[in-house]
Amino acid sequence: MIYLQLFFSFFQIGLFSFGGGYAALPLIQDQVVTINHWLSMQEFADVVTISQMTPGPIAINAATFVGIQMGGTMGAVIATAGCVTPSAAISLLLAFFYYKYKNLSLVKGIMSGLRPAVVGLITSAGISLTILALFNGADKNTDYYNPDLISVVLFTVGLFILRKWKINPIIIMAGAGIIGGILYSVVPQ
Amino acid sequence: MKFYWKLFKSTFLLSAFTFGGGFVIVPLMRKQFVEQYRWIEEKEMLDLTAIAQSSPGAIAVNAAVLVGYKLAGIPGALITLFGTVLPPLLILSIISIAYASFRDNHVVQAVLRGMQAGVAAVIMDVVYVLIRDLVKEKKTISILLFLLSFVSVFMFHINAIYIILFSGIMGYLLLADRKGDGVEK
Repeated sequence: MIYLQLFFSFFQIGLFSFGGGYAALPLIQDQVVTINHWLSMQEFADVVTISQMTPGPIAINAATFVGIQMGGTMGAVIATAGCVTPSAAISLLLAFFYYKYKNLSLVKGIMSGLRPAVVGLITSAGISLTILALFNGADKNTDYYNPDLISVVLFTVGLFILRKWKINPIIIMAGAGIIGGILYSVVPQ
Repeated sequence: MKFYWKLFKSTFLLSAFTFGGGFVIVPLMRKQFVEQYRWIEEKEMLDLTAIAQSSPGAIAVNAAVLVGYKLAGIPGALITLFGTVLPPLLILSIISIAYASFRDNHVVQAVLRGMQAGVAAVIMDVVYVLIRDLVKEKKTISILLFLLSFVSVFMFHINAIYIILFSGIMGYLLLADRKGDGVEK
């Protein structure tokens, strides 16, 4: 029953991704790539890339993308519903307590423990994606002695520009796409 | 009815034209609802933002739900929820259908490949800033939780959900500020 699986998987992603945006990455990777094998690591990286270039939260984008691939339009709607239901419900619950007690110290305590853990999760997902981009092949069959030189240059220059001038990340991603598109098409692999 | 439509339209447009996730859309919401429409007080918006960040899930969706709830109760929350979710749902549906036929195109592959390196650079830049800020706080427990979380996911592939649960409990036990004399150091 793919609809139930989609709903439940994205329900977990919505329920456990604290800290927004990139914090959802490792959870999506867990559910979609590792546990359910709905996408390969390469396809997952494509979804992340597409999400960065389109508006909207990455979890919703991933839910729609995976939902359509696995269960058509209905799948996309169900996966998205699964993703937003827990977070909307918890937000409303917290809002209710906020208007009633105007005190969120319990929540703040939990959050102060979650924040460093989420940084750890994001670091892990970031390194996975970087390894995928810079070396040929994902996870177990990564060939560390054979880096993809074009990607290494794009990555290094991109990171340097970001750190040095703090320009809009969209420009870095679009620029890497255009330059990479030309180089990969011209240079024989 | 006119108010509901205005509420839907503003969240729909914000969601459709905001690139860069929750940390970008929340300031824009503030501009729209606090400064332009004057529907919400400045301080209340700040608190709602804090709640949106404390709840799991996408911050943009949470903030929209909270604004809708504040302005028009549960119906308002549903309206802003649909307004925020609809644009990415539509856009990604179209891309997802096109992806199947474009995936094998060499030019598309080359561009995606290049973009992936750019995305990796952007994410590692974010990672750098996050770790730097964490280390700056000089809280031993925080740094230990960070290392534990990173090692268990990256080296041992432990499901992230367990790490979230564990760290939330540890945060409550060790880092919660009790009556001002917090146990953290």
